[in-house]
Amino acid sequence: MLYSDKVIDHFTNPRNVGEIENADGVGEIGNAKCGDIMRMYLKIDDGIITDAKFKTFGCGAAIATSSMATELIKGNSVEDALKLTNKAVVEALDGLPPVKIHCSVLAEDAVKSALSDYYTKQGIDPVPIVGEIKEPEE
Amino acid sequence: MKKRFIYADNAATTAVSENVLNAMLPYFRYEYGNPSSIYKLGRDNEQAVIDARNKVAKALGADPKEIFFTSCGSESDNWAIKGVAELMAAKGKKHIVTSVFEHHAVLHTTEYLQKKGYDVTYVPINEKGLIDPEDVKKAIRDDTALVTIMYANNEIGTIQPIEEIAKICKEKGVLFHTDAVQAVGHVNIDVHKQGIDLLSLSGHKIHAQKGIGVLYVRKGINIPNLIHGGGQEKGKRAGTENVPAIVGLGVAIEDATKNIDEKGKKITAIRNKIIDGILKIPYTRLNGDRDKRLPGNINISIEGIEGESILLLLDSYGICASSGSACTSGSLDPSHVLLALGLTHEVAHGSLRLSIEDDLTEDDADYIIEVVPKVVERLRSFSPLWEGIINNAV
Repeated sequence: MLYSDKVIDHFTNPRNVGEIENADGVGEIGNAKCGDIMRMYLKIDDGIITDAKFKTFGCGAAIATSSMATELIKGNSVEDALKLTNKAVVEALDGLPPVKIHCSVLAEDAVKSALSDYYTKQGIDPVPIVGEIKEPEE
Repeated sequence: MKKRFIYADNAATTAVSENVLNAMLPYFRYEYGNPSSIYKLGRDNEQAVIDARNKVAKALGADPKEIFFTSCGSESDNWAIKGVAELMAAKGKKHIVTSVFEHHAVLHTTEYLQKKGYDVTYVPINEKGLIDPEDVKKAIRDDTALVTIMYANNEIGTIQPIEEIAKICKEKGVLFHTDAVQAVGHVNIDVHKQGIDLLSLSGHKIHAQKGIGVLYVRKGINIPNLIHGGGQEKGKRAGTENVPAIVGLGVAIEDATKNIDEKGKKITAIRNKIIDGILKIPYTRLNGDRDKRLPGNINISIEGIEGESILLLLDSYGICASSGSACTSGSLDPSHVLLALGLTHEVAHGSLRLSIEDDLTEDDADYIIEVVPKVVERLRSFSPLWEGIINNAV
C-alpha cells in the first residue's frame, strides 16, 4: 500500500485524538463489519468550530483522514465545515490509494454527522442544511 | 528500548540466502549459455539444470522426471488444476474438490473453472483451521476429477492431514494435488510415500529468488502442455530455462530440507514464547490449532483494532509483519481464511500474522513481546469499537 508521507505522518502522529466532554455536536459513521468506525466531536461557539476531536477504528487511511478532517475544520465556521469535501481531505493528504478513497468519504460524512447533531441539538432540522448522510455499504 | 529491525514476514517472502546467491551468480555473467545449445557453454548449463532438478526431486522424494520448473507457485497451482481438469474432462469427469481456505491461486482457478462448466465442492474447516478427511471422502463423486487441498495454510499455518486425504483419493481413484508453497522446508515431505499425485512449490518462500516454482507431477499423469514451443521441460512448459533461478532453487531446497526437525524444534519454542507473550493482552485469540501448525507461524486476532493500522505502527518500530494474506491487502474484505474459522468480520479485521525463522533471536522475541502490547494499547486508546467492547464487558 503506497501511502504518502503525509498520510503516514497523520497516522503515526494523529492530530486531535480524543473526546470532548459536553460536545456541541457528536457524529458517528461506519460500522465494525466493514472495518471502519469514525466518531467526531465538535465544540462550537458562535458558529465557529473552536475544537474538534475524533476516535477511529480502522486502517491507516481511516485514522489519517480523521486527523486531517479535524485539522481542516478547526477554527472555521460551521458553514465552511459544511463545504468540506472528501476531495479536499485527499488533497490535503497528498493523495490516497484508490482502494482507500472511501476513508475520505467517511471522514467527510463523520463531520457532516457531527454537524447534523449540532443542528438537532439547536432544535433545527439538519436535513435541509446538511442533507441525508448515507451509511457505508457493507 | 532500542529500535530493532525484525523481519517477521517469511510467509510472504524470504531473503535470497548467501549460499543461493553465490550459486546463482556465475549463471548471469559467465555461464550464460542456453541449455539447449550443443557446445560446452550450453552443455554446462544443461548440466546445471539437471543437477537442480535432481536436488528438488531428492528433497521431495520424487523422480527427477516428475519435476517441472515453472515461474511461481501460482503458475504451478494453475497448471495442476486446469491441466487435470482438462485431462479428466475428456473422461467425463468435471467435478473438483477443494477447501474453503485455499490460497487465491487455487480458489480463483476453481472459480474460473466453475464459469467454464465445472462443478466444485468446497469442504469446510473446523474452528481450529483443520480439514476433516471424512469431509473430503463425502465430497468425492463418481465424476470427481481432482482433489486439491493445501498442505499448510498460508495465513494460520495449520498443517492438514495430507496423508489421510491422499489415501482416500487413492481408494476412490481420484487424483490429488496439494499446494505446498508454505510447507516445503518446514515439514517433511515425501510425495511417493505420502501418495501425492501433484504438488506445487515456490522458490522465494525458501530463500531462492522470486520468479521460480515447481510442479511435481507423478509419473503416468499426462498433464496437458502449459506453454507450447520448444522441448524444454519435456515440451510441457516451453521457453528457455531460467537457469540462474533454477540453480538457486536447487541449492535453496537442499538447504531448506536439511535438519527440518531440529530447526523446527528451535523455532517452535521461540514461536510459543511469542504467542504466550502476545496472548497476555486481553481480548486476543490464537487463530489455528496450536500444535498442528507450521513452526514459525503466529496468527492472533486482537479485538477492537484494525489489522493494517497494527502493521503500520509495528513498521514504525522496525517490525515487518502481515495481517492475513499480503495478497489480499488490496481488498477491503477481511481474510476469507479467518472468516472460514468462524470469526466475525470485526474480529477478522484485527488479525496479526508473524512468520518467523530460525534467525530470530531471543532478544528479537522479547522486543516483539514488548512492542505489540504498546501498539495495541495505543490504537485501542482511540478506537470507538474498543470502547464498546469494554463498556459491554462491565
